[in-house]
Parts: sequence; structure tokens; C-alpha cells
Amino acid sequence: MLNLEYTIEGGNFSDAGKASSDIKKTLKQLSIDYALIKRTVVAVYEAEVNVVAHARQGTLSVEINTRQIKIVVDDHGPGIEDIDKAMQAGYSTANARVREMGFGAGMGLPNIKKNTDELNISSQPGQGTRLEMIINLS
Amino acid sequence: MTLEVLSEIINAKRVSGSNDAGVEIYEAFASDLMSDVLTLDMHNPMLITGLSNLQTIRTAEMADINVIVLARGKKASPEMIELAQELNIFILETEFSVFKTSGILYQNAIKPLY
Repeated sequence: MLNLEYTIEGGNFSDAGKASSDIKKTLKQLSIDYALIKRTVVAVYEAEVNVVAHARQGTLSVEINTRQIKIVVDDHGPGIEDIDKAMQAGYSTANARVREMGFGAGMGLPNIKKNTDELNISSQPGQGTRLEMIINLS
Repeated sequence: MTLEVLSEIINAKRVSGSNDAGVEIYEAFASDLMSDVLTLDMHNPMLITGLSNLQTIRTAEMADINVIVLARGKKASPEMIELAQELNIFILETEFSVFKTSGILYQNAIKPLY
């Protein structure tokens, strides 16, 4: 079993993607199937960008065992008022700066769902959001 | 199509990536929306975009894209070039618009993804 931990700084677009990049390198070293690596890093990167775009700070942890990759992203931020709405493609609360970066079109959470086998979102409006993502390896 | 031929027909300058031996382009996708790029299921398409920032390179990394064309005179920043070099991603800059770049490449048998 392997565990990885990262801190994500809200608003720092220069570093957005650094954790995902490191996770990709690790998964490659573990010789995990190419398609599974891509699904994992796309989901993780979307989640990482979400924290940078919306929250003040967040943590990202990855647990890899022989059966699955489990990723937990916890942030301190505005939270999500209506999770069902946030899951709808095209719904976004992103600001202009996020859109300038090529995101904020309301595709992030649907794309995370598409690439994961399990996705659990819990949120406390005004406090933060927690995403649990699972990708099965077998 | 080799990178050399591709660069020539869209009048592009390569600013990142040196060893292009064996790099062949068959398919391309044009978008300024990185979330859209992240939905692609295909392996290794080329990205044509007017969006030039670090997240363009990060998105290419996650989506397994190793050739990016920055259209409409957009320039890669030194930080973008440094990251692209580290990840072995080729960046080509052209003055042509996304539409013109796409049109020329389509005419020259580069396939669309959808």
C-alpha cells in the first residue's frame, strides 16, 4: 500500500496541477494500466483545479493498494450549496480568472464522475467540500 | 505527418521540444476550454488552442497530449516552455488563427477526433 499527501493553495494557478503531475509519475512507476492512469489523473486534476479555483486551501490524499486507488480531496472554502446542481454539466460559479485559465465551464464535477468508479461529495456551505473518489484497479 | 512538415504548412515556430524523431501527427482537437480537452478519450491527439498559460501545459500532460499549437500569435511564456521541456511536450507557435490552422491541417489529412 502506498499513501501520498499534498497541500493545495487556493488561488495559486501557477501550482495548479503539481499534485496531479506527481501522482501521474508515481502511477507510471507502479506500472498501472495506461487507461486507468489517465482516468485517475484527469479526475484528480479537475479536483485540484476546483480547489485552486474556489477554496482557500485544501489537502489531497491518495491511497493505492492492489484493488483500488482512493483519492480524498478536502478543502476549506465556500462549499457547495446544491450538489445536484453542481453535478449538472454547464453549471458553474467560477469567476473570470478561472475562466481565463480554460476552466469554469461547469464540466469539472461531471468529468470527475465519468472518470471514477465511485464519487462521494459532501459539503458544508461556508466551510468546505470533501470529495472521495475511487478507481478500481481490478 | 511529421512535426517538421506540419510546422511548415502552418508557418509555425517550435519553441519547446527538441528530439522529434518518431513524432507523427494523425489527429487533432481544437479548443480553448481545457475541461473539454480533459474529456477526450483518444490517445495522443494534437491540441490547437488560443489559450496560452501554464494550465494549457498541465492539461496536455494529464490528457497525454504531446504536441500543442498556439494559434493567433499567442506566445508561450518562459514558465510554460520550461514545464513543456520537462514533460517532453512540443509547443508550436503560429500567427494563423485556430480556424485557419485547423482548416489547413484538415485539408492535409489530419483527422478530427469527432
